[in-house]
Amino acid sequence: MTPLENQPSPLVVARRLGKRFANDIEALLGVDLDIPGGEFVSIVGPSGCGKSTLLRLIAGLIPLSSGDLTVDQLPPVEARRQRQELAYVFQEATLLPWRTVAGNVLLPLELRNQRDPAFVDQILELVGLADFARAYPSQLSGGMRMRVSIARALVTRPDLLLLDEPFGALDEITRQRLNEELLRLWEEERWTGIFVTHNVYEAVFLSQRVLVMSPRPGRLIADIAVPFAHPRDPDLRTAPEFNRIAAEVSHQLLSSHIS
Amino acid sequence: MNRFLSLFLTSVLPPLLFFALLVLLWHLGVVLFDIKPFLLPGPLRVARAIADHFPALLYATGLTGLGALSGFLLSFAAGFLIALLFSQSRIIARSLYPYAIFLQTVPVVAIAPLIILWIGHGFQGVVAVSFIISLFPIIANTTSGLTSIDPNLLDLFAMNNASRWQVVRKLRIPSAVPAMFTGAKISSGLSVIGAIVGEFFAGYGTDDFGLGYLIILTNGQAKTDYLFACILFCTLLGLAVFTSISLLSNFLLVRWNGGED
Repeated sequence: MTPLENQPSPLVVARRLGKRFANDIEALLGVDLDIPGGEFVSIVGPSGCGKSTLLRLIAGLIPLSSGDLTVDQLPPVEARRQRQELAYVFQEATLLPWRTVAGNVLLPLELRNQRDPAFVDQILELVGLADFARAYPSQLSGGMRMRVSIARALVTRPDLLLLDEPFGALDEITRQRLNEELLRLWEEERWTGIFVTHNVYEAVFLSQRVLVMSPRPGRLIADIAVPFAHPRDPDLRTAPEFNRIAAEVSHQLLSSHIS
Repeated sequence: MNRFLSLFLTSVLPPLLFFALLVLLWHLGVVLFDIKPFLLPGPLRVARAIADHFPALLYATGLTGLGALSGFLLSFAAGFLIALLFSQSRIIARSLYPYAIFLQTVPVVAIAPLIILWIGHGFQGVVAVSFIISLFPIIANTTSGLTSIDPNLLDLFAMNNASRWQVVRKLRIPSAVPAMFTGAKISSGLSVIGAIVGEFFAGYGTDDFGLGYLIILTNGQAKTDYLFACILFCTLLGLAVFTSISLLSNFLLVRWNGGED
């Protein structure tokens, strides 16, 4: 055994990863990616650049076309089946309308044949929905529904949380508040987070690292470190250094767009 | 209380007034043009026929209703199981769906005598005709409900490594409930028609008859006022069945439709 093999390898590793859909659309091409465990990474890119596709590949929801991709040194589907510690938050809240808030959050545990109502209550407390456990999704605002969706992901105690533009449909105030809550949740639990967005400020505020993707076929064209300490304060958004990093991310996004 | 009053004034009163107007015109028409009662009896004659034959009409309505209800429940159960099968296997769905459409396109009146021939006269024949006519809307709507699922929800279940059976039980069936009610509403009306058509051919026995048999009987005897009473009771039966399903659906679908608790 060489000393190198004793190092913990990154949780998610992609090499020359490519995805071509059946309709011949080349969504991703030559993506190289290393995401160490416990890191919060954002992926920003223009609409339709394949950000969501990358996330769905990591989740093992769709098969890859070329290259390699491992999650915890396993193919994504195997990782999902064996470890069961992978959660996905969709663009929409994606709740079951016939179940209460508590029933929706309980669903992932139910599907694993576990019942832990006490933990559900605890998670609902964590996302500020303790008073709404018995409400139905139709009775909640968009922001509250997204909170339920995040609670449903957290209830499985995931190692890896994949977030696919979860706040894209929300108004700016709700988005900022949920950003702060998500940051707090990550700071407490330190799961690995991969957050897809096209909002530069959201990406910089939440992440330790921002990856920029080119338009289709998507490649990673920049890897920008966000070195602010945790816990981060909401006022960080107005700091000059914050804006400098956001400007750099924007610059990279735009440069890829023009070329 | 005020809400009920305004509801009454806006949506109950106008059709009632129109009905009263219609009855009045009917009465005046019959009197003015001196129409023979065996062609078109006036409303008073029909009312008398109802009063004279009330127990028989009530009994016939009950019997026909029972046949329709049995046919409807059977078609609901069978239609649900067939749709479940269709939703689980594309090959089976593709092979059998054309035959399901056959149920919809073949005029039930045309095959009813054949069904009676095979199943036999009496109650079971009536139920069989009612069953066949109300089966297709249940199959079609339930299949569509079971298969048109939000792809994100399917992904969510996949992320949680849900088994096929878990997806059926916890996602597909609950998602299909609104579509099942849509099918049930259509089928409930059809089941009454099926029972009446079934009775045209099957009947029950000499002393035991439903509305369908009574229609044939009164028509044959030129008791047109009695025939009108039968038609009225058929309509009321269909209305009662349809209304109960609609109310049940509104009551149960509150959560699916995003209403209050």
